[in-house]
Amino acid sequence: MLELSAVHKYFGGLHAVNNVGFKVAPGTIKAVIGPNGAGKTTLFNLIAGGLEPSSGTITFKGRPIQGLKPHRVASLGMARTFQNIKLFHGMTALENVMLGCHIRSRSGFLAGMFNLPRTWKEEKDIRARSMALLELLDIAGYADVEATSLAFGQQRAVEMARALAMEPDLLLLDEPAAGLNIYETAEIARLIERTREMGITVLLVEHDMSLVMDISDEIVVLSFGEKIAEDVPDEIQRNPDVIKIYLGEDEEAAV
Amino acid sequence: MEFIKRYLPIAGLLGIVIGVQLLTSATDTAYYLTQLTMAAYYSLLIIGLCVLMGYAGQISLGHAGFFAIGGYLSAALTSNDFSAYRETAVMRFMDTAGLLLHRQSLYGEPLLNIQPWPACIIAVVVAIIIAFLLGIPVLKLKGHYLAMATLGFGIIIFRVALAAEFFGEADGISEVPPFQLFPGVSVTGDFSDRVQNYYIAWGLLLLGLVLLLNLIHSRVGRALRSIHGSEEASEAIGVNTARYKLYTFVISAAFAAIAGSFLTHYNGGIGPSEAGVMKSVRYVAIVAVGGMANLWGVLIMGILLNFMSLRGMFGTYDDAVFGVILILIMLFAPQGILSLRIRNIFRTKRNDT
Repeated sequence: MLELSAVHKYFGGLHAVNNVGFKVAPGTIKAVIGPNGAGKTTLFNLIAGGLEPSSGTITFKGRPIQGLKPHRVASLGMARTFQNIKLFHGMTALENVMLGCHIRSRSGFLAGMFNLPRTWKEEKDIRARSMALLELLDIAGYADVEATSLAFGQQRAVEMARALAMEPDLLLLDEPAAGLNIYETAEIARLIERTREMGITVLLVEHDMSLVMDISDEIVVLSFGEKIAEDVPDEIQRNPDVIKIYLGEDEEAAV
Repeated sequence: MEFIKRYLPIAGLLGIVIGVQLLTSATDTAYYLTQLTMAAYYSLLIIGLCVLMGYAGQISLGHAGFFAIGGYLSAALTSNDFSAYRETAVMRFMDTAGLLLHRQSLYGEPLLNIQPWPACIIAVVVAIIIAFLLGIPVLKLKGHYLAMATLGFGIIIFRVALAAEFFGEADGISEVPPFQLFPGVSVTGDFSDRVQNYYIAWGLLLLGLVLLLNLIHSRVGRALRSIHGSEEASEAIGVNTARYKLYTFVISAAFAAIAGSFLTHYNGGIGPSEAGVMKSVRYVAIVAVGGMANLWGVLIMGILLNFMSLRGMFGTYDDAVFGVILILIMLFAPQGILSLRIRNIFRTKRNDT
């Protein structure tokens, strides 16, 4: 589904991503973890098209995507959420999800201005599809509430619904549990698993270890821009290098 | 249901337009129609700018420039003498196509002009092309930088209008002929055609309003609002933000050019002040007063303030009034004057939550 090989990213003298390569197999949930400043978000932006790698290749469904604009990557079938939720101001939850249908609909400027019959019909379809997604995520009751005024957990759900509305093949989640309490985190975990059941591959960056260990099929560990481990959760938990970067060497000795 | 919600106010506005005309005829105050006609043309530009600023979130301090391109090209092509170019291939082609007008000057010399229809189309197409060429680089800029770049464009157009002999230098172009839309229907400032022209202007404005209302309630309109909200998130859901901003800029420029072309024929002339930077500031101020992302509010303010200005209610402080309006709106009612509750003005501390 997604393959990175020998990806480097420099910001001036800072080597933010150093020779990172891994694969995400279709239908799996893969997590990228690492301490603050390990280069996780940078890696995400490289994949989603916000940044161009200094060198290396990123292929998505067999086609190179490095350096493409984010909207091109999105239209190839990759959706993402943001660490600090980015819902659109002044728009209802429903409208936010309807925006997710953007790439799956066609009407342009002229069709919109003249409100052609097919535009009218398309608009109805979009509305119905978005409403169905809100129902799926149990937030249909907030459809007409301004999205940014919802509780944090509900905002996450709306953002998730917006991403699902794009009918992606691959969903990138940037710290989906950030700022959530344990109940909301459990809810998100359930949602992510449901996403996989829908046939969508998931790649997530996360700090919350319990979430990552519970739902991931495979985990990549980054530290100072380098990949130091890639394995199934059980092995990662036993990996001495991983324990070292998370707990420090002295603490490891103490354990 | 939504259909009715969108179009019923337009039917209401049409009723008011007709009502005002009947009222002025009955009370022998038809002279108001002249300013209402001009206000309608200016408002056509302003609602186009409203979609660009309020919905797509991109400022332009150069829209008087597009208005001037429409107006000046229409005026120059229909009023300047092209006899000297009679034998060029372009002119011969246009002559065969019936796009030229052969006249005689007061002294019996032959004059060669371009018919108003092709002149108007050329003017609007040129404005669209310039908007494209300007928009591609400058719309990469944001906020103040975009404001400065479009301001620069406005100044260029103003100086060109002021300096080019083709555009009449400081005098502008006068004695622009009427623009015959169909046989018997002309855009002209002739008093006998005042009622007819009132309906032409308002018809055009209503048509523009319907198109823009449809646009903002469509998939594209939603995408434009998302760009305003967060360009990054908008890209992430697959909106080609660069293209959408550019198309909106071009559409608003086309609205401005059409308004410029028609109003120039109505006034029978155009001068460099129409291209002035203060005109652009005025348009931006009116969009702000109307509430930015509020097409109806902007329309109402566009008609009201332009009408007051054209009636001379602001006297010699005309431009100053619009400057003051802009400052007051930004201070007290950034959501537009229609959002204002009087008590807010007297409240000393504002809750930001």
